[in-house]
Amino acid sequence: MAEVKDPSEGVQIDLISGERMDGLTSMEKIRLILDGVREGNIVILEEGLSPDEESRLIEVTMTEISPDEFNGIEIETHPRSDTSDSSFLDRLMGKESTKKLTVIGPANQIETLHKDETLIQTLVSRK
Amino acid sequence: MGLLTNLKSSIARAASTLFAEEESKRIGIYGPPNAGKTTLANRIVRDWTEHGDAVGPESHIPHETRRARRKEDIEIERNGSTVNIDVVDTPGVTTKVDYTEFLEHDMEKDDAVRRSREATEGVAEAMHWLREDVDGVIYVLDSTTDPFTQVNTMLIGIIESQDLPVLILANKIDKEESSVQRIRNAFPQHETIPLSALEGDNMDEVYDKIAEYFG
Repeated sequence: MAEVKDPSEGVQIDLISGERMDGLTSMEKIRLILDGVREGNIVILEEGLSPDEESRLIEVTMTEISPDEFNGIEIETHPRSDTSDSSFLDRLMGKESTKKLTVIGPANQIETLHKDETLIQTLVSRK
Repeated sequence: MGLLTNLKSSIARAASTLFAEEESKRIGIYGPPNAGKTTLANRIVRDWTEHGDAVGPESHIPHETRRARRKEDIEIERNGSTVNIDVVDTPGVTTKVDYTEFLEHDMEKDDAVRRSREATEGVAEAMHWLREDVDGVIYVLDSTTDPFTQVNTMLIGIIESQDLPVLILANKIDKEESSVQRIRNAFPQHETIPLSALEGDNMDEVYDKIAEYFG
């Protein structure tokens, strides 16, 4: 990804398309997200992560938390349409839909103001 | 996940059910920090084991439990039959840990930093258990707080994607601000059982449901 400008100038937002994420492995996706967030960027995923990838994102985030450097992430998604919509066979065939807009940022810079089924409002501050 | 991986895990799960019928099921107690997971684990153990040793210390300071702890072979009797479970008390799951929050609880900086490091290890451990080592989940929520959080939504989604049976418990109903309905509204696809693990309120129904879901 292109080099980040001076963070004091503003907050960088990386809007990552589903197409770009499609070709990546789970760990590559997590790395892409966490590298961006650790630089102070807000990462927006067009299509989100699968539940298994979300679980690994939490786990990897935990291993990277370091006092006075990185406190972790704030993550918000619109609720998935409902996993029960997909049949067991769909899940067996790997067809489970994960499409849900996801916003991820550094925990010390992003604060959720309001969230409901149709709206996520966040306050983003500079470092 | 690919077809082969899914097929393999489905076969492994079916085989373990077929050949290990007598073995205890490992039930993970999950939820956000300070929901009362350890209080519940301690109550289950005290109610159903002879010595009733506590699973772990309870505290109002978040992240008191920083290691997953298992208590084996708890035999719960319901309606003339018995259900055997191992209870796994897990650290509260979060996506962030800031040591400065512990300073507000009269902790020295070194202790707060150590606690935060152990807390992060504990959360990672809890996620690993969830993916690999539990057969069912008791999801504990504090009914005095808003359940509609990202961590809760993500964790319930992760549990559902693994086809694990999950029982949602609305804890702390002894408190005035408690709202069980708010939890029912947040997760309408699951049954929610109210209780106070601290006071022991409604534990009979909780044990009935444990037997029904995990027996």
